[in-house]
Amino acid sequence: MSPSDLSLEGRKWERFTPTERFARTAIYLITAMAVIWSLRTIDIIPEFLYDAPEQTADLFKRMWPFDWAFYPAAIHSALIETFHIATLGTILAIVMALPLSFLAARNFTKNPILRWLAQFIFVSSRSVNSLIWALLFVAVFGPGALAGVFSIAVRSIGFVGKLFGEALEEARPGPIEALEATGAPRSMILAKGYWPQVEPAFWSIALLRWDINIRESAVLGLVGAGGIGVALDAALNNLYWDQVGLILAVIFTVVVITEIVTSYLRSRIL
Amino acid sequence: MSAPRPMLAEPVLSVRALRKEYQPGKPVLKDISLDFAPEGVTAIIGPSGTGKSTLIRCINRLVDPTAGDILLKGENLARLTGRDLRNARRRIGMVFQEYNLVERLSVMENILSGRLGYVSPWRAFLRKFPQADIDRAFALLDAVGLGSDFATRRADKLSGGQRQRVGIARAIMQEPALILADEPTSSLDPKTSVEIMELMGEIAKTRAIPIIINIHNVELAKRYASRIVGMTGGNVVFDGPPEALEKHHLSEIYGGEDWQ
Repeated sequence: MSPSDLSLEGRKWERFTPTERFARTAIYLITAMAVIWSLRTIDIIPEFLYDAPEQTADLFKRMWPFDWAFYPAAIHSALIETFHIATLGTILAIVMALPLSFLAARNFTKNPILRWLAQFIFVSSRSVNSLIWALLFVAVFGPGALAGVFSIAVRSIGFVGKLFGEALEEARPGPIEALEATGAPRSMILAKGYWPQVEPAFWSIALLRWDINIRESAVLGLVGAGGIGVALDAALNNLYWDQVGLILAVIFTVVVITEIVTSYLRSRIL
Repeated sequence: MSAPRPMLAEPVLSVRALRKEYQPGKPVLKDISLDFAPEGVTAIIGPSGTGKSTLIRCINRLVDPTAGDILLKGENLARLTGRDLRNARRRIGMVFQEYNLVERLSVMENILSGRLGYVSPWRAFLRKFPQADIDRAFALLDAVGLGSDFATRRADKLSGGQRQRVGIARAIMQEPALILADEPTSSLDPKTSVEIMELMGEIAKTRAIPIIINIHNVELAKRYASRIVGMTGGNVVFDGPPEALEKHHLSEIYGGEDWQ
């Protein structure tokens, strides 16, 4: 063996440095302590916990059989209204969010103040839950579907705008530069350079938000903003559990169906 | 350094004392002055990072020069802004290394986008291009060796060589006074590179459009260009016909001898 071979022996390899090992152990300990501490402070009332299975079974017993006659009487029209709220709200949100997302996109808008303004609108829209928006709009427009449409729209601006703005920023700069080099005006660079690149993202985002909005608009009625939630609220208050059960089943079915439809459509687009 | 070639005709493009500094005090282009005749292929050769691409991009103002003038048929592009700049750009076609087609659009729409500076926005938006433009686009599809079957194919379904042919057709569609090509063959295999250079030489000849090409491949440059400009470190160190380009010039441009 040559001296250089000898010097190769005894070299060590370890996945973590001692500091990293110490940090990892510390994180495990802190996590364990946090779990124990929260279990001690959670205030579980044992009596309520013990008969929870019984209560659940009892609830289901009251719900079944469903009050099927209630569907044509009240649920159907409320369900259609929910669809309308979700769809109109989504369309309204897209109309308002699209121009803003161009303002927010770094590659399209050079002015930092305009970008900041668009980002600010997105953050304010997303930081408030749709139910809170609904409370506000019920106060402004009175109870009903209009308040629902606006709360869905305003809540969705941030979501659609932020995601679409990010899609715009990911557009390849090469084709844009090529169109600039042909002397195309800005409107044409937008329509023929950016739009074809971000179109799949646009439809994907719009469908995803519509899907979310159907679920969200189902509960808006709890604060009086129209849709199937109004019927649910009434049934809960009257303790008509057979109606509550039916409404929950209808919401569940509709959500599953829209999920299937939108994921099919999105797979076709992408 | 060889003497500047005498110009046979009024130059289509004159670059005067062009300087570009991305960082103040560190010029990438050091006061370049060049005249380009309204015909033939000019190849700009030089090592990577020497300012070839910056020079080409300054000409159509994709990059703004720090100082100097760019005279296209007497009009100073360096001073233009807004609509005037867009109108001037319509007269300069550009071919890119990465083709820069809009991938999700058809070949036809990519070629027609060479007319975006001319047609009214609503016509382009509704995809109602003038019939004359459509006829010309079909003729160009044949001329670049693709044929009308390609018209409805999506750009992302094409090979590299086919994409570059579409890119060239888009540039000619502008009816330009000048075509700039930024490393048009660097992403292509050797055989396709030769075909693309062949096509560009043919266009320069038959359509009488002068072409300025940035190119890494010295052999291709010598074979297809009527004039070679050698750059190094932001300066022009050779300017002459391909026959005049000798070993010592290449050593000066690229440095060293071993690679030759």
